[in-house]
Amino acid sequence: MLNVNIHNLKLKNPVMTASGTFGYGEEFADFIDLNRLGGFVVKGTTGSHREGNPYPRMVETPSGMLNSVGLQNGGVEKFCSEVYHRIKDLDTNIIVNVSGSSIEEYCSVAEQIDALERVPAIELNISCPNVKCGGMGFGTDPKMAAQVVEAVRKVYHKTLIVKLSPNVTSIVDIAKAVEGAGADSVSLINTLLGMAIDIEHRRPFMANITGGLSGPAVKPVAVRMVWQVAHAVKVPVVGLGGICTAEDAVEFLMAGATAIEVGTANFIDPAITVKIIDGMEQWCKNHGINDINDIIGIV
Amino acid sequence: MKEIHDFTVLERHRLGESYFSLVLGHGAEMQSVAPGQFVEVMVEGEPKVMLRRPISVHDVNSERGTLTLLVQIVGNGTRRLSQLVEGDRLNIVYPLGHGFTTDLPTGSRAVLVGGGAGTAPLFHLGKVLCSKGVDCTVILGGRTESLIPVSDAFAAFGRLCIATDDGSRGHHGLVTQHPAFAEAYDMVYTCGPTPMMKAVARSAAERGIRCEVSLENMMACGVGACLCCVTDTDQGHRCVCKDGPVFDISTMKKWYQC
Repeated sequence: MLNVNIHNLKLKNPVMTASGTFGYGEEFADFIDLNRLGGFVVKGTTGSHREGNPYPRMVETPSGMLNSVGLQNGGVEKFCSEVYHRIKDLDTNIIVNVSGSSIEEYCSVAEQIDALERVPAIELNISCPNVKCGGMGFGTDPKMAAQVVEAVRKVYHKTLIVKLSPNVTSIVDIAKAVEGAGADSVSLINTLLGMAIDIEHRRPFMANITGGLSGPAVKPVAVRMVWQVAHAVKVPVVGLGGICTAEDAVEFLMAGATAIEVGTANFIDPAITVKIIDGMEQWCKNHGINDINDIIGIV
Repeated sequence: MKEIHDFTVLERHRLGESYFSLVLGHGAEMQSVAPGQFVEVMVEGEPKVMLRRPISVHDVNSERGTLTLLVQIVGNGTRRLSQLVEGDRLNIVYPLGHGFTTDLPTGSRAVLVGGGAGTAPLFHLGKVLCSKGVDCTVILGGRTESLIPVSDAFAAFGRLCIATDDGSRGHHGLVTQHPAFAEAYDMVYTCGPTPMMKAVARSAAERGIRCEVSLENMMACGVGACLCCVTDTDQGHRCVCKDGPVFDISTMKKWYQC
């Protein structure tokens, strides 16, 4: 009832988790059966170890939060030699979010992940707002976005999802550019660039001054962008941005998403993903829908 | 194992102007909680609060199946929690983080140094250490007496010393200036304001005494996934929620020296 496909990727349901909000899955193993997920996207992985940005890195804002973690991770070699072996036998799709600050770095990471048998897809992160070099720099210009996707496409042979930034004038132009460069799917939206000030101390809350806004506050923006992009490209769209309930997930599917990712809601309820899966199944039953694909893009 | 569970508020006590405690009943078999571990509490009915609030565990009664939280009212979330009444449900993710080391040899001398709300987790720690035959000294401090949320109850675990900035009770000065702090110990534990903990850590390091500090940073997930609550350690950024909140200062030179 809930099966969907993203290019060659077969998902038992449309529910995945968003990079950077679900660690390597293991952090949530006490709360949910990870095998129930359609897939999960492990945190942004770069060519070498990154310490990330200084603390404070987050602040709660109305119906959302700002974060500026700055892609802290152990690097691709550590992922391949250590983390991968701990999670590879899970019966779900493990997708690695690939980040970098140069085309060479993106390609090198993608190539190393390509060799991992149990990772059927990568999510190319050309939209991180919290790093000085690369990241969103690649994702806000259609030409640069196409260049990095084209280069990665040459070395990466499995399902290539490209994660798009909402911090652009026209997300449709970027989506079309990366589709033209060989992306198998696009996921959107990454966080919206924001800022919050501690008025008592007269300084920004975060050490990096600005950060990425996520949570329910961004959901209408995300739904709008998913709808626009889904109408403009042929590749499947993965929708994310503030999804907290099964109804939110259905809304994204109606806007045109084939699958969705749950992010900030994992912090509020570590078992939210399975509740969303169960809720979607119930929603389908209640509405006489036998195949979830029937509602994708109906708006 | 960590779990998400609806606890029931069994008791609520106001402790002066800015503190309160909640005794929470599990209702079934509660997971074991080590001293220094914390919980993430869902705050309902407060539109400005979306994320859970990390709160240290003040006391545990495993026979009765209760957890006690001691909370300082600092913002919208904790203010809402202070309005809970007996019978209310509270959704909690627990037990989280890495707690204090409690396997000290019987007869060891330990000093527990707490400041303000930081006294909260030291109560559970003192209870466990006392049951293991550790000789405990507790030094609690605050700007003024009313800002030390509980004190006399600590006397059950050993010698109790108080230091206040204004001299309203006990030693007039900082906890690190209390004569009892200068004595010889096998272990120092501390939780409280960062400048206080750094001073305690520096002194312990100079004297070659093992020391554990319990940190508190802004948190989102509480399980080591979001990497928001990191602290500087000698091994780089580490999550306070997962690698801490309790850290041995032997890995924290960078932190306490600055």
